[in-house]
Amino acid sequence: MEILVLLLALFVLSLFLGVELITKVPPTLHTPLMSGTNAISGITLVGALLAAGSDASSSLVNFLGFLAVTLATLNVVGGYLVTNRMLAMFKRK
Amino acid sequence: MNATFVNLIYLVSAVLFILGIKGLSKPKTAVRGNLLSATGMLLAVIVTLLDKSIVGYSWIIAGVLLGSVIGATMAIKVKMTSMPQMVALLNGFGGGASLAIALAEYSGKAGSVPEVMSALAGKVGANPFGSGPEGFIAILSIGLTVVIGAVTLTGSLVAFGKLQELIKKDRGLPGGPIGNGILLLAALASVMTLCADPSQTSMIVLATAIALLLGLSLVMPIGGADMPVVIALLNSYSGIAAALAGFILGNTVLIVAGSLVGTSGLILTKIMCVAMNRSLANVLFGKMAAGGESISADEVYEGKVKSCGAEEASMMLESAKRVVIVPGFGMAMAQAQHAVRELADVMEARGTDVEFGIHPVAGRMPGHMNVLLAEAEVPYDKLVEMDRINPTFEDTDVAIVIGANDVCNPMARESEGSPIYGMPILNVDKAKTVIVIKRSLSPGFAGLPNPLFAMDHTYMVYGDGKKAVIDITAALDQA
Repeated sequence: MEILVLLLALFVLSLFLGVELITKVPPTLHTPLMSGTNAISGITLVGALLAAGSDASSSLVNFLGFLAVTLATLNVVGGYLVTNRMLAMFKRK
Repeated sequence: MNATFVNLIYLVSAVLFILGIKGLSKPKTAVRGNLLSATGMLLAVIVTLLDKSIVGYSWIIAGVLLGSVIGATMAIKVKMTSMPQMVALLNGFGGGASLAIALAEYSGKAGSVPEVMSALAGKVGANPFGSGPEGFIAILSIGLTVVIGAVTLTGSLVAFGKLQELIKKDRGLPGGPIGNGILLLAALASVMTLCADPSQTSMIVLATAIALLLGLSLVMPIGGADMPVVIALLNSYSGIAAALAGFILGNTVLIVAGSLVGTSGLILTKIMCVAMNRSLANVLFGKMAAGGESISADEVYEGKVKSCGAEEASMMLESAKRVVIVPGFGMAMAQAQHAVRELADVMEARGTDVEFGIHPVAGRMPGHMNVLLAEAEVPYDKLVEMDRINPTFEDTDVAIVIGANDVCNPMARESEGSPIYGMPILNVDKAKTVIVIKRSLSPGFAGLPNPLFAMDHTYMVYGDGKKAVIDITAALDQA
């Protein structure tokens, strides 16, 4: 139970941190912000890897894990690359 | 691999994500921020791969290869005008990944002890996800992740379809918001039944199916110009789904990263709603109010609209000291951003002060216009947000509106009872002369006539946005 409370605390504090961080992003960068945070939400890849590689009794688990790995990797790779492409355009002057 | 060490590395990743988003507060530091964030991701993935519970790598390698190839291809090939579609798809994949993880986690645990499960079903302590409140939270997180992940997946796919103009009709369930409400309650009821008895596999299947349907029916009725709100909201859902998946796995980095993304999406959603002067519920469930006395287009336009050609327009620009360009979705449609930048260059070379006035909901997603103009190499300090550009219109000689309509409709400011009354707009009409580049007098998304087009100091230049801008530029160049 203690662990759960700790996780909950982490969740709530992160929400507040998120508000502080995001409100500082200028409207000019809102599109890269969306694609960039999208890439960050690909952190589900971590969970996906554990499912895809686990020693599961049914191959359904591994298959679902494979699906999750594919989608999350798409998110990570696509998200970071496209964000970088956009930001590079803002950088040059 | 030592669990403490793994968690410490996850902490490093979380910090890198935070620094990454912090970097986005300035265009100068943004690229570095994105790299820091990507480094955090790489660290988290590597340390996870070393986990001893991973016994086989074939599925992993297949998934990573497939995902990388598709992701990289999309990221490299996508046009800047299609960025809303790309983000919609990525949102959907994020939701789909969370959905798949939750289902895998469920079938991994529930499926491991099927006979014991059925024997003990309904009894306290039969929960394979742990005993007492922890077991309850674990199965509840799985249920909620399934629902949010599935809604994000199909909702985003519909949003993609609409943005790509594959889906053209804005039609929802017959019951409208009530139908969606019933679906949502049904999905939550299945989750609750699952929580009461985690062995009921049919319940998680049912919850998934209903939530997939709910995603479709939620987004189907929403029109194109409301897409900025929908995309921002789905962005938030994909984050919340990731955070919930973190609760399933007890994984700290998932919780931190997921909640950052969740708040990001919510804040953008709020900014978009404020910029349209509509509540979130109104965007999601309501049509635009058919306000008060409806004004017919003829009444507003008849005999008052003046049009001019590229030559005349260029003459107005010739002597202008200050010009503000107001782009809208029409500029993206016409792929006119490069032509617009060239026009700005020519004017600047003649000593005219040129700025761009950007409305928060111009385009199909937050920041859409900025990205397009940045692609055309317009320096970002020329892209001025609404609150800062509005006081300057009175000192502006010529305002050029290209492919924008509702965001500069003075009815929003003046005509009480109009459906868009109260929406913050760009005060284009305060400029000394207004040039509107548009195909026709057809209304924008709000379906309203725009009195701006009929004003004494407004001149319409009809035609394709890109061609009109090129013609004006050519005429100005010769002057």
